Formats: sequence, structure tokens, C-alpha cells
Amino acid sequence: MNFGQILAEIFYTLIGIIFILVGVKALKDPGAQKKGTTAAFWFLLAFTFICGNWIPKWIVGVAILAMAALTGIKGVVQSASDVPDPAVVRERADKFGYKIFIPALSLAFSAVVLATLGSKVPALKWITANNSICLAGIIALIVVLCMTKAEPKYAVIDGTRLMDNVGPTGILPQLLSALGSLFTAAGVGTVIANGVAKVVPEGNKLIACAVYCIAMALFTIIMGNGFAAFSVITIGIGVPFLIAQGANPIVVGALGLTAGYCGTLCTPMAANFNIMPAALLEVKNKYAIIKSQVPVALCMLLIHIVLMYFFAF
Amino acid sequence: MDIIKLIGVVIVVIGFALKFDTIATVVIAGIVTGLVAGMTPMEILTTLGTSFVSQRTATLFVLTLPAIGICERFGLKEKAIDFIRSIKNATTGRVILIYQAIRTLAAAFSVRLGGHPQFVRPVVVPMAEGAAAARGVEVTDEVADVIRGASAASENYGNFFAQNCFMGASGTLLIVSTLVEAGYDVTAAQIAGWSIPIAVISVIVGAVRAILLDKKLGERSAE
Repeated sequence: MNFGQILAEIFYTLIGIIFILVGVKALKDPGAQKKGTTAAFWFLLAFTFICGNWIPKWIVGVAILAMAALTGIKGVVQSASDVPDPAVVRERADKFGYKIFIPALSLAFSAVVLATLGSKVPALKWITANNSICLAGIIALIVVLCMTKAEPKYAVIDGTRLMDNVGPTGILPQLLSALGSLFTAAGVGTVIANGVAKVVPEGNKLIACAVYCIAMALFTIIMGNGFAAFSVITIGIGVPFLIAQGANPIVVGALGLTAGYCGTLCTPMAANFNIMPAALLEVKNKYAIIKSQVPVALCMLLIHIVLMYFFAF
Repeated sequence: MDIIKLIGVVIVVIGFALKFDTIATVVIAGIVTGLVAGMTPMEILTTLGTSFVSQRTATLFVLTLPAIGICERFGLKEKAIDFIRSIKNATTGRVILIYQAIRTLAAAFSVRLGGHPQFVRPVVVPMAEGAAAARGVEVTDEVADVIRGASAASENYGNFFAQNCFMGASGTLLIVSTLVEAGYDVTAAQIAGWSIPIAVISVIVGAVRAILLDKKLGERSAE
């Protein structure tokens, strides 16, 4: 293992510790429901992050099954967090003013600077793109603690509070890429690719771009989730029909997911973006948001196809 | 019968459509696919575990949460609200467009503004409806639906089309891990960079939308 990889394992251990603390928070909350199953989920997840690299991988597979069983029986719930008092927050907002944006912006800014340094300076090769995200998280934390003079314990309190808000679905991207690799091992991509090959004339790049982007949007409309669509459609269509034909994987990937989001804008399946807000805003027609979004979504989808055609090849 | 291998895709589609637990659905889809493809249970567990461990990168966003949480504790959202409230004499379309632009920037920098409940309902909708009323447009239920629909939509455009510009966004990390798993060596910085054009274009499309909305409301006030 080189230094970059060791550093990455240290960061995964830190993430694991945050998961453990979310579980501990559930155990300590006197009012919490389903404490045992909630804590078990977070502890198992922490185990896969901290020990995963060092143990036989089938054990991680078993842990994943156990976590899926826990969420499947709806055994994982949020516990009470130390939520900041709105009046106190308002007072602090008046005191700090717009300066509070500095630590927030330093997060994205330092990630970009570190990643650039890591890729340009040979001595800093250990700052991989992934490590720079983690380092940026730590730098932003130091900046915000210095500026606000908040007690360091709030790093833990607020970190676990937000993690608990995100909940188990936070690991969905990671799980979906594991699903993607299972699909690849089982040959699912090949089956989809063979099916699509019957419809798409070989070698027509514009049609290939259109099929991939439209399939991303359609699958997202059906599932209500762009992430899930991305792992299936990219392996089934994006890789064989675009990337294997010489398309730039960076452009295909970046545009592929947002092409899927054009579908999210059109679907009542994405209830928390399109339907619940309609109720919240007390509109008379519960599809008012979707109605407003469909023309923009179609226009954006078309732009995605054109951009992919011109920039991926 | 190779087509039976697609059963995993079918399970994901049905499971998500029927709102079954997402994590359980994904895991079941994976296991069933492996079984029908003739993999042994041990092979399935090993494949799943190996990929899950190597793709821990997709969950790196967790380390950005402590800093973001403390910023919120010290008034990040409140100052964003103060900023948009300070805008004077804007038309309905412009209020909505300015919010979309702010939301786009915020998403690109991974600043959480709180979305529909904390921003659109208490700030954007009253300002947008107020601007329409100030121009002499009677805000009927029908007009309110159009304005509120467009206000809520601006939140979604900013959120969806700009979030991947941040290297640590979960969407960006999903793209990276899916492509790396498929054998293509891409980094989060590259994906974030190539997500910028769509973010910029989405604001331009939003601007056109805002002009059309103002025009539509203008015709109503002339009536």
C-alpha cells in the first residue's frame, strides 16, 4: 500500500466512526423507537468501512445482506438530535453576517485546489481526487471552528445530526455501484446491449447518444430515481454503445446522470421533489410543479443529446 | 434464455415504483440476478462485498457533513434568505430566476439551503406573488398555481443540474465509481468539471422561462 491508500483507509475509518456515533446516538436517545435495529445497522455499516479492506470480502457481503434486512423490515429510524434553536441561529446570523459563507465555500474551493495539486505535483501524488474531498472536509471544519469559535464537540454533534438526516439511503450510490458490478459479472449489460443493438443502427453516434440520454430519462421516470437508472443504463447502453465506440467516459458519465434528472423533473414517482412540495406550497393542482417543469426538462434533454454528440467524440 | 438475466432490472423497477425499501430492493435484485446467471452464493457475496468495499469512495461526502452542519448552526441559511429578501422591485420571473441562480451556485458549492420548506415557501413564493400583485395582476388560484409551480421548479433545476459540479457530491461519486467499476479510470475532479456546462445552460434556460412567465403575467395585467 502506498501513502495515498493508507490515508484513504484512515478517512474510511473516520467515516466509520461517524456511523458508530449515529448508532450510539440512537441507543442513548430515551425516546427513540427501534433502537436496537437502528444501532445494528449503523454498527454493521461502520464495520464494512473500517474493517472491509482487511477481511475476506464474503463477510462484507453477509453484512450487506444483514443491513438490507434491517432496512427492509423498516428497522432503521432517526433518533433525536441536538437541533440548533432558531432564535439563537438568527442572532448568530446577524452577528456573523455573510462571513459564514467563507467556510462553506472553502469546502468546494480547497477540494479543487488540492485535487489539482495532487494531479500536477509528483511529490503530492498521495492527494488523490478522493483524498482531496476528505482533506477539504477537514480544512473547512478547521476554518469554521476557528471563525465561529464553536466548541469542537459540535463537529461530532452536527456531523451525526446531518448523517442521521441523510439516513441509510446515503449509501445508495455505493450500493448501486456494487449492484452494477454484479450485473456486469452476471452479463446483464451484454443482454441489454444485444437487445439495443437490434434497434440502433451500428456506428450512428448521434442515435447512440439520443438512445442513452432518452433511456436515462425514461428509466428515471419509471423508477423515480436517477441513481438507480444510471447504474443500469450506463452498463447496458452507455458503455457498449458510446464509451466502447470511442466516446469520452467523463463526458458520457457527467451528462448521463443529469440527462436522467430531466426524467426526475417529469415524474410523480419523485414525490419528494414534485408532489410533496406541491402540497407544501398549497397549490390547487398537485401536478402544478411537474406541469411547469416538463417543457424545461424536454429542452434540457435535447441539449444533453447535442452536447454529448459534440463533446464526447 | 439470456433474457432471464434482466430479472434484476425488473426487480429494481418494480421495487422503486412500488416504494419498497430502496436498499433491500437493490440487494435482492443483485442476488436474484447472480443466482439466475448461475453464480454460487459464495461468488455473489464475494462480488458484492468486494465492490462495496472498493466503492466506499461513493460515500466520502460524509466527511463534509461536520463543517456544513456547523455553518448551518451559525446562520448559513438565514443569511441566504436575507440576501434574496434584500432584492427590491424585481418582477415575478426575475425573483424566480434569481433564486434559481442562487440555488445553482449553492448546489455547486454543496451549500444546503433547505429547499422547498425553508426557502421556496417562506421567501420565494411570497416575493414572486407580491411582484405579480404589484404589477396589477390579480393573483387568482390559477395564477398562484403557475407562480408556485415555477417557484418550486426553480429549486429543482438548481439542485439537480448543479449538484454534480461539487467533487464530493454523491451523484458525482456515483458516476466515478460506476465508471471505475466498469474499467474506466475517471476522477471526481474530471466529472465535476464536465458537469459545469449543463449547470450554466440550465440557468440560461431558466432565464428564457422567466421572460416567458413575465410576458404571460403582463398580458393578464393588461386585460
